[in-house]
Amino acid sequence: MSGIFVWIDHFRGKALPAAWEAISAAKTLEGEITALVFGSGVGNLATLAFHYGAHKVILCDDPSLADFRLEPYAALLTKLVSDHAPRAVLSGATTRGRELLAAAAADSESSLLSDVTELSAEGDSIKAVRPAYAGKVLSEVASTSRTAFVTLRSRAFALPAADASRSGEVIAVAPAIPADQIATQVEAFEEQRGSVNLTDAAIIITGGRAVGSAEGFAPVRELAEVLGGAVGATRAAVDAGYIPYAHQVGQTGKVVSPTLYVAAGVSGSIQHQAGMRTSKIIVAVNKDPDAPIFKIAQYGIVGDLFKVLPALSAAARAKLGK
Amino acid sequence: MSHIVVFTRNTPDTAAKVEVGADGAVTWGTAQLVLNPWDEYSVTEAVLLRDAHKGKATVLSIGAETHNDALKQALAIGMDEAIRIAADAEHDALTFATLAAAAIRKLGDVSLAIFGKEFVDSNSDAHIYMLARKLGWNAVGAVSKIVAIDFAAKTLKVERMVEEGKQIVSTRLPAVISVLKDINEPKSPSFIGIRKASKANIPVWTAADLGVNNAAPAVKVVGFRNLPVRGGNCEIIEGATDQEKAEKLIAKLLEEKAL
Ligand SMILES: Cc1cc2nc3c(=O)[nH]c(=O)nc-3n(C[C@H](O)[C@H](O)[C@H](O)COP(=O)(O)OP(=O)(O)OC[C@H]3O[C@@H](n4cnc5c(N)ncnc54)[C@H](O)[C@@H]3O)c2cc1C
Ligand SMILES: Nc1ncnc2c1ncn2[C@@H]1O[C@H](COP(=O)(O)O)[C@@H](O)[C@H]1O
Repeated sequence: MSGIFVWIDHFRGKALPAAWEAISAAKTLEGEITALVFGSGVGNLATLAFHYGAHKVILCDDPSLADFRLEPYAALLTKLVSDHAPRAVLSGATTRGRELLAAAAADSESSLLSDVTELSAEGDSIKAVRPAYAGKVLSEVASTSRTAFVTLRSRAFALPAADASRSGEVIAVAPAIPADQIATQVEAFEEQRGSVNLTDAAIIITGGRAVGSAEGFAPVRELAEVLGGAVGATRAAVDAGYIPYAHQVGQTGKVVSPTLYVAAGVSGSIQHQAGMRTSKIIVAVNKDPDAPIFKIAQYGIVGDLFKVLPALSAAARAKLGK
Repeated sequence: MSHIVVFTRNTPDTAAKVEVGADGAVTWGTAQLVLNPWDEYSVTEAVLLRDAHKGKATVLSIGAETHNDALKQALAIGMDEAIRIAADAEHDALTFATLAAAAIRKLGDVSLAIFGKEFVDSNSDAHIYMLARKLGWNAVGAVSKIVAIDFAAKTLKVERMVEEGKQIVSTRLPAVISVLKDINEPKSPSFIGIRKASKANIPVWTAADLGVNNAAPAVKVVGFRNLPVRGGNCEIIEGATDQEKAEKLIAKLLEEKAL
């Protein structure tokens, strides 16, 4: 039992910030950190993994791994875990990371600690804190297996500082199953227009039912643009058809944890809070001074969002010199 | 002939205030237990596919008797049969997958298992992938649309959402999928369905029936705690005009390095 594996999630060679955050989390456990880089033409990610703090890289660079597919990725991860018996396998709790670690944990009859926000090693056991009941309470969990598989909530661990002088040994490995034995094929891909990854965003401006229409999101978008943030929405706004579901924050939407969360025309329902209450600074803009959102906000402006948001955009432009 | 299964269970209503009591146990007051909201989509999808392909749709729950309500609701929406697999309240996703895989093998002719995107209280998004691996089946998560399914030819093509956008993915049956809310408009229980469900006798399978050893869960739950208290100290920004309030707020946010 030794060493920590960190699986580097990427899309077409571009790593997700959660991948590097996982290296930060690995540093809180003792042991050598090995980054696992799977893909096709992804040697650059091995270099970056060293910059972010990996001691070693296991690289599987093969055309059959070009798109993430569970069968070849899980077979490979399971084989590496069986060969090296790491103490823990870490990944961001991204769509792919959740799939891959769950599958490999099942293959290796190991524990899976998912969506973790705090991590520690206690003797042989890996302990973690994770939100439960949609983030309404926290649960402390411990792994009892030789290897613990752990997915980490985005932004719960800091992005490590990159040091371009660092490098190390890259071990190249072959895929675990031949290309012609993989049943799943990715046949097409359509990029989401203007997609901003809410879970990675440092600033989120959310509009609620009060925006009133798709056009009503204009002042929300404008402020997001000025501040370099992403646009969120409540379920009420999504259900009314003002904005696609991909923007929904909450218990049945995305769980986010930005540095700044501005909720405009949002009442602050318990389901909405479940998705954003761990934000560092919450600002509420609401015309009802008794709206529940003020109870969890650090700053509030009582007023009409159609007047307050444009004023905020103007003030931010002036101060930030944009 | 297609046999489709859905796994579901009860969860406290999403409006419930969930807290950890003095004894360390999680409580949700007088809130009702309801069908996991995400499973309204998986149950509906199973019923729609069953109707379109003339097959059978079975709903399964793993856990204590309290989950019979979720099973009955799924029957009322239109599932053909319900089975409960008895298990300790504290089972982890790996134990779930081991029992679920054994149940599917016992059913024998299943070609598709459908899950809701996640369980609103555990949110692990793990059950589908663990089950697929235990069965040696393919898994596709976050499905927003079934583009084509052919139970005879054993082919499946779906649209799925990842962080970066939409993918079209094809795979072979049998398979496990999880579905997002774009997949359908959830069906409500029908009058006939409610009557059928109220009379239903739900069989219980035990781990022993399934030939599974009752191993201790790999994940130990050490305890629960409440979230750190937040708020109670909201600073309302005052000013004569919105302009003035806005300027004050931006200045404060800059001071806090939030911008
Ligand atoms: C199973 C289930 C799951 C759910 N999941 C989610 C989820 O994931 N995410 C989610 O958000 N909700 C979810 N909900 C819905 C949730 O219960 C609330 O209905 C929803 O969050 C309310 O959205 P809202 O705040 O936009 O609307 P409302 O509650 O209607 O609030 C609108 C607010 O805008 C204010 N307002 C009105 N006009 C103005 C104006 N001109 N300027 C400023 N303020 C104004 C009002 O004072 C009010 O506070 C879920 C519900 C259920 C049952
Ligand atoms: N004990 C259980 N019995 C039946 N279905 C379950 C059980 N636990 C979780 N599920 C289902 O698994 C899906 C995903 O849950 P999760 O992996 O926790 O996000 C949901 O659709 C749940 O209904």
